[in-house]
Amino acid sequence: METIRAVDLSRRFGETVAVDRLNLSVEEGELFGLVGSDGAGKTTTMRLLSGVLDPTGGEAFVLGRPVRSEAAAIHREIGYMSQRFGLYADLTVQENIDFYADLYGVSGKARTERVAELLAFSGLAPFRDRPAGNLSGGMKQKLGLSCALIHTPRVLLLDEPTNGVDPVSRRDFWRILYRLLREKVTIFVSTAYLDEAERFRRLAFLHEGRLLAMGTPDALKAALPGVVVEALSDAPRQAAVRLRGALGESSPVGILADRVRALVRGPGDAADRVNAALSGATFPCGEARVVEPTLEDVFVGMLSARDGTAP
Amino acid sequence: MNLRRTWAVARKETLHVARDPRSLALAIALPVLMMLLYGYALRLDVDDVPLAVWDRSGTPQSRELVARFSGSRYFRVGGIRGGYREIEQSIARGDVLAALVIPDDFTAKLAGAGGAPVQLLLDGSDSNTATVVLGYAEIVTQRYSGDVRLRMAAAAGVALPREPLAFRPRVWFNEEMTSRNFIIPGLIAVIMMVISAMLTSLTVAKEWEQGTMEPLIATPLQPSELVIGKLVPYFALGMLDVLLCVAAGELLFQVPLRGSGALLFGMAAVFLVGALTLGMLFSIVAKSQMLATQMAMVMTFVPGFLLSGFVFPIWSMPVPVQAATRLIPARYFVSLLRGIYLKGAGLSVLAGEASLLVLFGVVVVGLSIRKFRKKLE
Repeated sequence: METIRAVDLSRRFGETVAVDRLNLSVEEGELFGLVGSDGAGKTTTMRLLSGVLDPTGGEAFVLGRPVRSEAAAIHREIGYMSQRFGLYADLTVQENIDFYADLYGVSGKARTERVAELLAFSGLAPFRDRPAGNLSGGMKQKLGLSCALIHTPRVLLLDEPTNGVDPVSRRDFWRILYRLLREKVTIFVSTAYLDEAERFRRLAFLHEGRLLAMGTPDALKAALPGVVVEALSDAPRQAAVRLRGALGESSPVGILADRVRALVRGPGDAADRVNAALSGATFPCGEARVVEPTLEDVFVGMLSARDGTAP
Repeated sequence: MNLRRTWAVARKETLHVARDPRSLALAIALPVLMMLLYGYALRLDVDDVPLAVWDRSGTPQSRELVARFSGSRYFRVGGIRGGYREIEQSIARGDVLAALVIPDDFTAKLAGAGGAPVQLLLDGSDSNTATVVLGYAEIVTQRYSGDVRLRMAAAAGVALPREPLAFRPRVWFNEEMTSRNFIIPGLIAVIMMVISAMLTSLTVAKEWEQGTMEPLIATPLQPSELVIGKLVPYFALGMLDVLLCVAAGELLFQVPLRGSGALLFGMAAVFLVGALTLGMLFSIVAKSQMLATQMAMVMTFVPGFLLSGFVFPIWSMPVPVQAATRLIPARYFVSLLRGIYLKGAGLSVLAGEASLLVLFGVVVVGLSIRKFRKKLE
């Protein structure tokens, strides 16, 4: 069953088009990622899908209902976490959760159990009497998630939930999301972290308000035009300059610690072409080898193909 | 409207108020401070007018006239002067408001046909006070000349006809005519207008500015629940402020409360709903705390003080301004409080004002709920 659907969904702010004719659909129980850099239109998309912002064109559907006209009904069914911490800093963890429990009308035994469960799996139980403003970044996000989950929603929309959160807390956060997937919750997450994008079952790349590509991580990697080649180098910066000159503008080159990494396009064996380019160098370079592409390669590749230049 | 969600908003808003001791202290101290400041400073009574005397006659008769002035509660002799130049200087400096000049032939002319001239010089820059002072001076001098006439008639052995008119005025409601009794009830009304709007002017804008509104939009919370829930703690705080103001009027200013205390607090409750929601309406429309407080100050302070009839009588304003005062809710609360305080009036007399306050509340609450859009822009 289709849980979220966007049909030509658009939003402009004056002259700026934040989201441009977005079409996507998310299945029930799916972990779906909206990936893009800052300013790509992720937050606007999340707001349009959760019904806190009206579109200027197109339409969004959640659980089969049009978001614009049936926002009230949808708001009972979804959990939404805004990008900015939206809870009350002067209220304690428990008070924030209680407030949201009241708003969603969660009461009685169900409430006691749900609160205990959320406090336990978020690890917030020891901090229940601490003002939310005094929590660490990761704890704040877990509290935000707990409040969004208090009514056991069928759909969860999270806007960059792991932004500015330390790696350990990020892992915890993902663990919680995987748990929810077992309960058939549909989770729609936006992120600017490409390493996190591997976790999604399916994802959509958003750039300047437009959808660049959509699919499973594997499918997106398979569709990558070109081969990713890596070579160790004592002087990766100079190696990158050489490679850019040799491979041309269509093949983006990047630096990864002590390595150069290139998305090689065009005819011929990719590794050979890199080796040839680096062989005349005055500094020692390792043997070039073809590696598995990452989603970052895919994203960078798509941007370079689109703009005609390496980023 | 769901009561439970309304109550949830009321409770969390109460926690905000309780955990912000500085704002809480201000909300309690400010009305008391304004009561003290305006209550003591704002006096419209004209008594103890400082009067300069230049007695060029220096006779027992002239001294008696001076004694009549200094003996009345309206004047005190603020210095003996020896010339017009000195008098002019004291009036210009503001040491005295008036000067009495008795010519050297005063006693001789008293018995004469043309009467003895006595001059009163008045500082007319404050026209209201000057008018009152002139009235007082006329009474003092008339009594004096009446007494002199009687004495002369008695000395001549003739009986004067008795006064044809027996004027018996009786002042109602404020028998001693102290301006304080008139000012304090109105002051309570104006203070509550200003404080109420200020109390609530931050509350909605703060949620927009701090990013706590966005998650709320995505919940089933309805605008009416938000508006009414937020009203609850501020209503309690406002009623506490009314109680403090009434207590100050009673204990510090000894203003008599003749009417029913229950009616007073009941009407205050009705007024508070409107005035507090007005502040919230500013907050809803402005979406910025800064702009909302400024709106609240400008929209309540100036009309509250100038157009409510609190000090400046509405009947003496030009007709268009009089019409404008009808839009100022503080006006109705001022006359309600005065009616209850001084006249001991009940609801049967004050029904007009009371129903207008109810209307004000209903309109502002309705408007706030309508204006609150559960959407980002």
